[in-house]
Amino acid sequence: MSILVNRKSRVICQGFTGKQGTFHSEQAIAYGTNLVGGVTPGRGGERHLDRLVFNTVHDAVAATGADVSMIYVPAPFAADAILEAADAGIRLIVCITEGIPVNDMIKVKAALAGQRCRLVGPNCPGVITPGECKVGIMPGFIHKPGRVGIVSRSGTLTYEAVFQTTNLGLGQSSCVGIGGDPVRGMNFVDVIGLFEKDEDTEGIVMVGEIGGSDEEAAAGYIRRHVSKPVVAYIAGVTAPPGKRMGHAGAVIAGGKGAAEDKYTALEAAGVRTVRSPAELGSAMKSALASRRRRAKKR
Amino acid sequence: MNLHEYQSKRIFDEYGIAVPKGRIAASEPEAVAAARELAGPVWVVKAQVHAGGRGKAGGVRLCRSAQEVGRAAAAMLGQRLVTKQTGAAGLPINLVYVESGSAIERELYLSLLLNRERGRIAFVASAAGGMDIEEVAAHEPEKILRADIDPAAGLQSYQCRRLAFGLGLAGGQVAEFERIARALYRLYLDRDLSLIEINPLIVTKDGQLVALDAKINAEANALYRQPALVLLRDPSQEDARERAASEHDLNYVSLDGNIACMVNGAGLAMATMDLIKLHGGAPANFLDVGGTATAERVTAAFRLILSNERVRAVLVNIFGGIVRCDVIAEGIVQAVQQVGVTVPVIVRLEGTNADRARKILSASKLAITPAKDLTDAATKAVRSASRGARR
Repeated sequence: MSILVNRKSRVICQGFTGKQGTFHSEQAIAYGTNLVGGVTPGRGGERHLDRLVFNTVHDAVAATGADVSMIYVPAPFAADAILEAADAGIRLIVCITEGIPVNDMIKVKAALAGQRCRLVGPNCPGVITPGECKVGIMPGFIHKPGRVGIVSRSGTLTYEAVFQTTNLGLGQSSCVGIGGDPVRGMNFVDVIGLFEKDEDTEGIVMVGEIGGSDEEAAAGYIRRHVSKPVVAYIAGVTAPPGKRMGHAGAVIAGGKGAAEDKYTALEAAGVRTVRSPAELGSAMKSALASRRRRAKKR
Repeated sequence: MNLHEYQSKRIFDEYGIAVPKGRIAASEPEAVAAARELAGPVWVVKAQVHAGGRGKAGGVRLCRSAQEVGRAAAAMLGQRLVTKQTGAAGLPINLVYVESGSAIERELYLSLLLNRERGRIAFVASAAGGMDIEEVAAHEPEKILRADIDPAAGLQSYQCRRLAFGLGLAGGQVAEFERIARALYRLYLDRDLSLIEINPLIVTKDGQLVALDAKINAEANALYRQPALVLLRDPSQEDARERAASEHDLNYVSLDGNIACMVNGAGLAMATMDLIKLHGGAPANFLDVGGTATAERVTAAFRLILSNERVRAVLVNIFGGIVRCDVIAEGIVQAVQQVGVTVPVIVRLEGTNADRARKILSASKLAITPAKDLTDAATKAVRSASRGARR
C-alpha cells in the first residue's frame, strides 16, 4: 500500500517532447514508472522514448487508460494543461511547472472544486512511492521502500527528509511535494489524511515553511484526526517579514505566516517539532520506537 | 514588483477612480511649478519610495504656499527615507509627488488581495482608515470587513453593499463605492496584480470618495504578460545585490549577518539560514542557485555573496538531486580560483555524485573546508565567522 501512486498507476506526461518532459520521463521510466505515453499538441502519432505521443490528453486517456498525468509545460500554458487533464478524466494531476500566475491558479482551483480528480502542485517536486512509481523530478536513488510518509512544501528539504529516513533504515511509504505556491492543489491536511488511512505508513514527516496558514490548519487536523506520530520542521525562522524567500508562497505578510506561530500550533497539537532539519530522521525514528514500546506493553 | 504612488494613481485615474490632482517633481523648481499649476491653498509633498510608513518618517509634508512646497521637496530629494518598512539603510528619494490638499471628513481603508486560505481574491475594508491596518486587525478585528470573490461569478453587488454599509456610507455613496470596487477588481485582474491598497480612501467634506493614497504590487509570475507594468519598474528602489542576482536568475535576499550562504532550493536555503542561527551565527543572505545550477551560475553566485563586505565565511549547502554535485564542485573550484575568495569556505555536498565532488574539492588544494552533514557545516561556518577578519 501507499498513497496516490503505485506500480499499477498508468502515467502520462504533458509536455512530453520538451526538454524537461523528456529528461524527467526518461528518469521515471528508468525508475520503473509505468509511463504509458505523452502529450504534445501537434505531435500526435509520433513516437518518443519508445512511447506514443498524443495531441490531446483525451486521446491519450482513450488509447492508454492513463489515470495519472505529470505536467512539465511552460508556465503560460500550465493552467490550461491542468484543466485539460481534469476534463479528460485523469485521477491524479501532478504539476511540476514553476511560475504559474497566481490569478491563473485561482481559476484552476475554482474549476477543480467538486471534481473527482486531485491536483498536486504546481511548483513542486511531485509524488513518489519508492520502488514502484516516480512522478516528478526527485532523485529516485535516495528513496527506499519503507514506513514513513513525507509531505513537504519544499523540494530539496523533502530530499533531506528522504535521505535521513533512508540512512536510518526507516524508508518511505510515499513522498508528496505539495509545492511552494500560495494557491495550490492538495494541502498538508489532504495528504496527512491519506497517510493516516494508509496501512503502510507508520509515521508522518511534515516539512512546512513560512507564509500562509496551512501548517496551522494541519495542526488542527492532526489534533482531531491523526493517531500516527507526526514530526515537523518549519523553514524560515530567520526570514525577514515582507520578503519573498524564493518560493512565491514563502513570505510573511501582515504579521501572518511566521515560523514561530506554526511551531506553536503544531506543538499544541502534540506534533514532535525539530528546530534543525538535520533532526527530522532521528526524531521520526525515536517517535516510532516509543510507539512500538507502548504497543508491546499493551 | 512594487509601483510608486504616482504610478498607481495614474492607473486609478484610467479606471475612473477619483484621486487628488498631482504632479511629479525631481527638483525644487519643478516642485514650485507643480504647486502653481495645482489648486491651493494647501498642498501635500510626498516622497516617492517603495515603502509604507512615509508619514511618520517625514516623507509626507503639508504645505501652505508654493515656496513651502519647493522647500519641502528640496529637503526630501536626494535623501534616503528610513521608514519602519525599509530597514536601516532606507530608500533613495528621487522624485516627490505634489498634490492639491483635500478636505477630509472621514478616512477609510480598502484593499484587494489574495486570500490564501480560500484561494480567492478578497476585499478587506475598514472604517478605521489612515492607520496601520495590521494593528487594527490585531487589536480590533471586529473593525475589519472582508469579501471573498468567486472567480467564476465575479464580484457581486450584495458584497459591495455589505462593505459600503459596513463602512458607514449612505445614499449615493453606496453606489459610488460599488463603482469603485468593480473598477478595482477589473484593474486587479487586467494587470495581474497581487495587491491594491488604498489607505486612506477618504470621504471628502462634500461627500465624495477619493483615493488619497495608492499602493499597487504586480504579481511577479505574471509580468511576462504585462509589458506595460514592467516599464514602471524603478531599479533605484531595489537592493543592488538582489537586482544583480535577478539578472543571473538567482534568488537572493540581503540579510544583516556575516555568514554568506549558497544553497540549491528555496526551502533548503531557508533551512540553512535557520541552522546558522540555531548554532549561534547570523546569515548574510538567502541565496537559491536553483535546480539547474551550472559552473557559471555558481561563479556568479560567489561574486555576488562576496561583494558584501560584512561576509566572514561562506557556507555552501547543496543537495544534489537533478543537480549533480560534481558539477557544483567544479563550479566552486572555478569560482574560488577566479574570484579570489579571502574568507573560509565550508562546503557540504550530498546526493548525486557526492563522492566524485568530494574528490574534486580535495584535489583542488584550495582552502575549502568539507563538512560531513548539515550540523557539521553550520557549526564550522559559525566558528570560522566568529574567528574574525577578512584576510
